[in-house]
Amino acid sequence: MADKIIAVEPNGTPLEIHDLTVAYHKKPVLWGIDLAVPPGKLVGIVGPNGAGKSTLIKAAMGLLPLNSGWVKIFGQPVRKALNRVGYMPQRESVDWDFPVSVMDVVLMGRYGHLGLIKRPRKIDREIARECLDKVKMLPFANRQISNLSGGQQQRVFLARALAQQSDLYFMDEPFAGVDAATESAIVTLLQELKNKGKTLMVVHHDLPTAREYFDMLLLLNMRVVAFGPTEQVFTPDLLQKTYGGKLTILSEVAEEVRQKGTS
Amino acid sequence: MRRHFICLILLLTVGNVSGARIGDLGETDIVAQAVRFFTFQDPAVRYALIGSMLLGISCGLLGSFIVVRKMALVGDALSHAVLPGVALGFLWNMTKDPVAILVGATLAGLLGAAVVTLIKQTTRLKEDAALGLVLASFFAVGICLVTIIQRLPTGNKSGIDKFLFGQAAALGADDVRLMAIVTAGAIAAIWIFYKEFLMTSFDAAFARVAGFPAQLIHYALMLLLAFAVVIALQAVGVVLVSAMLITPAAAAYLLTDRMSRMLWLAALFGMIAGAAGAFFSFLGPKLPTGPFMVLSATSVFALAFLFGPRHGVVVRWWRQHSRARRIQRENTLKSIYHVLEARDFQGEGVSLRELGERRRETIEEVKRQSLDLRGHGLVSLHEEGNVMFLTPTGWQLACSIVRNHRLWELYLTNAAQIAADHVHEDAEKIEHVLGEETVRQLEKRLAGITKDPHGKPIPTLADIRQGVGYTERPAETTGYGKR
Repeated sequence: MADKIIAVEPNGTPLEIHDLTVAYHKKPVLWGIDLAVPPGKLVGIVGPNGAGKSTLIKAAMGLLPLNSGWVKIFGQPVRKALNRVGYMPQRESVDWDFPVSVMDVVLMGRYGHLGLIKRPRKIDREIARECLDKVKMLPFANRQISNLSGGQQQRVFLARALAQQSDLYFMDEPFAGVDAATESAIVTLLQELKNKGKTLMVVHHDLPTAREYFDMLLLLNMRVVAFGPTEQVFTPDLLQKTYGGKLTILSEVAEEVRQKGTS
Repeated sequence: MRRHFICLILLLTVGNVSGARIGDLGETDIVAQAVRFFTFQDPAVRYALIGSMLLGISCGLLGSFIVVRKMALVGDALSHAVLPGVALGFLWNMTKDPVAILVGATLAGLLGAAVVTLIKQTTRLKEDAALGLVLASFFAVGICLVTIIQRLPTGNKSGIDKFLFGQAAALGADDVRLMAIVTAGAIAAIWIFYKEFLMTSFDAAFARVAGFPAQLIHYALMLLLAFAVVIALQAVGVVLVSAMLITPAAAAYLLTDRMSRMLWLAALFGMIAGAAGAFFSFLGPKLPTGPFMVLSATSVFALAFLFGPRHGVVVRWWRQHSRARRIQRENTLKSIYHVLEARDFQGEGVSLRELGERRRETIEEVKRQSLDLRGHGLVSLHEEGNVMFLTPTGWQLACSIVRNHRLWELYLTNAAQIAADHVHEDAEKIEHVLGEETVRQLEKRLAGITKDPHGKPIPTLADIRQGVGYTERPAETTGYGKR
């Protein structure tokens, strides 16, 4: 992977979200999200189950229809900026019995750079190999993906995201179901990416480790409870606000909206 | 009135044409038919064969994507939903015009898919229920229309009934031309957009983030699927066409774990099934092609299921069986060691009776095991097969099994603090699976300890090596492993 030092151009904030509302089956799961993420940060998105963490990053990448608000990536509408976005979905989101090899999956990280029709070139294979090497999965390159352990699957997904060579990454629970060794290896790689000036938005659900892993935290529970440097945000008061039971009214109203509709 | 008259004329001509075709001929000798088939003299034979192979290829290719996308039911629903379209395409100008039928069937298929999506999005019903509903209702409409067509004057000669169970012999030059175009189109599309199809099938969300129109690619795939189904209809029949999508692809899926190879295999299997179906249905008069094709495909699947090199049932059974045999051999060797140990390694011959007493088995059972051991070069038999002598290899294996057993018992009691009377059962299983590396680790950890938790000496590496060179020693030498 070419060492592009500070790949972020001056054309704007990596991720800017304004008044974003997203609903599933008419039931709002995110309300009026405002967010501006500065470049070169490793951001953890934390919150209780059902807080809308995955929904937020999916909506930010344009995978979900928005009920209101807008998202800009490097100052551009999402659709135009996708070539600078990398994604590491949840491991459970795919069928691991799919007939592809580890290498095939990592090569998919290069497809976005290739565009339609073009086949992966030699350079793409080279990059994919390097990324596999970084996550220590190169020896498994020709294995079929169903023979991998949970931690190995997570490494393969990380390698695919690395192969995208993006400036802004969205990662959905990259530490879910991995062993301690894999977890620390992933953290090191995320730090490396950040040091190269990339911005990373990482959904995470383990509070104690969130504190040490991330520069900034986004406390989320259907709306933004707090967003800022970890040391300022990781306070008992704010965490109580995020995880405590004070949001019952909000979720009740959401349920009412689902039943009655807003218009 | 005039229009009816024209329809009648057209139907009569169609009837005449199909009446002249091979499948409709009367009683003919099977051998003669087979000869006619393989000489390819008859154009109808050529059309039937080429058409069947073409449809096998396109169904195999598209079916592969259906299978890996877990959309097999969609293929089934789609293939049933096209029937009303076929009937309407026929009613359009009352002929079996391939293009009109293709258009009608594709539209009906897409309408069916749209209804499924509509039901899914507007109700709480999930996809399976929506598919079942659409499949049955569209098919019912189709059957009604087909019945109406057959009730029309000379409608029963129209050949529309062939669309239910398939009749490859009813294929004409126009049909085969259309099949060739569609198959070539499918191959080209998959060739050109392989990367896109692969990526959206594996991880659609990731594909969208990478900037690919996943939804559009999905619809393109559905459209190709609809085409593949429609061109297959006449030869396979509406009822069974989904099997031609799923079965060759499923067989290929069992045999490989790469998408590209799966596509090749599925196309090949589809082609073979198509050709075989065309041949068998040709042997007798008025045999439907669809069931024969599907049975041929199923045979391929059965072969893959039973004899596939990695996941085949027979292979798995054989692996298990030989493992069980190996374990039994190792257990017998262990018993021989125990017999020798019980008499402090005095004398090397172990009689079948001694072994039988030790293992609580009959002479016959022990005899069978002794023969198995000899077959593997682990013992030699003497005195009419009543006394066994361990060969060097046999001795080494016996020692290492006992060693594994006792090391493991020791490890469990020492390191895992498990009571001495609990460890034997566990060691009985573990002894057969411990690898060299693990044994080395156990040795390291338990260095200096020479006896197992029950006070029996653990065979040392020196004991094991003693077996080497046994054949050079005079037979009366005693004292293997004697301390």
